[in-house]
Amino acid sequence: MIPHEKLPVEDSNPAGKPDAAARRDFLKAGAVVAGATLAPGVLFYGVAHSRPAEEPASAAVRWGMLIDTQKCGDGCKSCVTACNEENGLSGKTGPQDSQWIRKVDIRNLQTGAHHELPMLCQHCENPPCVDVCPTGASMKRADGIVLVDRHVCIGCRYCMMACPYKARSLVHEPLTEQKPDVPRGMGCVEACTFCVQRVDRDETPACVEACSRDGHNAMLFGNLNDADAPIAKVLKSMASTEVRADLNLNTGVRYQGI
Amino acid sequence: MMAKSLLKKGVGVLLVTVGGLFGLLSVAQAGVEVPSLPPAKVAGKCVEDTDFMRRNHMDLLKHHRNDTMRLGIRTTKHSLKGCVECHASEKSGSVASSKDDFCVACHSYASVKLDCWGCHATKPGKKPADHPAAALGATRAGGEK
Repeated sequence: MIPHEKLPVEDSNPAGKPDAAARRDFLKAGAVVAGATLAPGVLFYGVAHSRPAEEPASAAVRWGMLIDTQKCGDGCKSCVTACNEENGLSGKTGPQDSQWIRKVDIRNLQTGAHHELPMLCQHCENPPCVDVCPTGASMKRADGIVLVDRHVCIGCRYCMMACPYKARSLVHEPLTEQKPDVPRGMGCVEACTFCVQRVDRDETPACVEACSRDGHNAMLFGNLNDADAPIAKVLKSMASTEVRADLNLNTGVRYQGI
Repeated sequence: MMAKSLLKKGVGVLLVTVGGLFGLLSVAQAGVEVPSLPPAKVAGKCVEDTDFMRRNHMDLLKHHRNDTMRLGIRTTKHSLKGCVECHASEKSGSVASSKDDFCVACHSYASVKLDCWGCHATKPGKKPADHPAAALGATRAGGEK
């Protein structure tokens, strides 16, 4: 299991000072960092996010993701593959195939600057897909994860048109062999769920896990409301971008380096 | 007089028709056998009494689906996944892929259409080791592909 929040390496080395008190502080800080990285299961599994099965998702938590486009590997599609595998998607990329996360190339024609980034449901605080849904199927869970309730979805695709990120897909054909944790079927709209089934088990989304497994560490997942969470610390200290910030959606997915 | 005899005839015809229908009905009842359901993996240990489940499983499932989907409550007692894990048949490994499987056998007998399986998996999958349901027992071989 990958911990929810892995501290970035560069943060784990505060400068030591000569006097004794400062050295003690340094050692303490070092112990905390070592605890967070060496025994993540104990620290994060037990304390930080554990929610009993009978307890509903809490509005005190807001799940978010930070994607560093500088670290995102050229041509690497680990996140996409991992998503397809976890959620039982076919991996095809035709106009009628479901894509919950896709790699996007962006290039500034003037400067020639080139970036690759994964684009997925941005889990907005004010999601347009929820605004327009005529049946209430499109919904935001208390912890900020935007989902489609397939029991209520009529497949009208209004949400697909409302989404500025092209994050949603309609299932056009009957499906078989779905994953037990990820029900999907014809006639319903679907999108990235932040791997809600994994998040509820205290794991990170499959894409994040794959990204760090492949050594890129371009994706950071965590609770935006927790000031001690690495994602919140990085967002506080470094510049990050919301895609289409002009729409005031307050996205849960943020990017660095674009 | 004329009207009376017509009325009598009418009643006669009606009686014959009703009698005929009853006859047909009894023939039909004799012809359809009560389905024999494949045994559950853990026999005699359903989450509620069998009689209660026969009448109310749909309400439990609907309640649980809303709790899980909307609120994120992930208890396993009334989850559809739990039903599938226990009731998938030995033969097909599924609750709904052949006509003898648990859900299909009873629903076709009762002539009630169900649409769970348009989206939900009919076969149990592999559970992560730390999942609470894993304590109930190992998954059946030949489960999810």
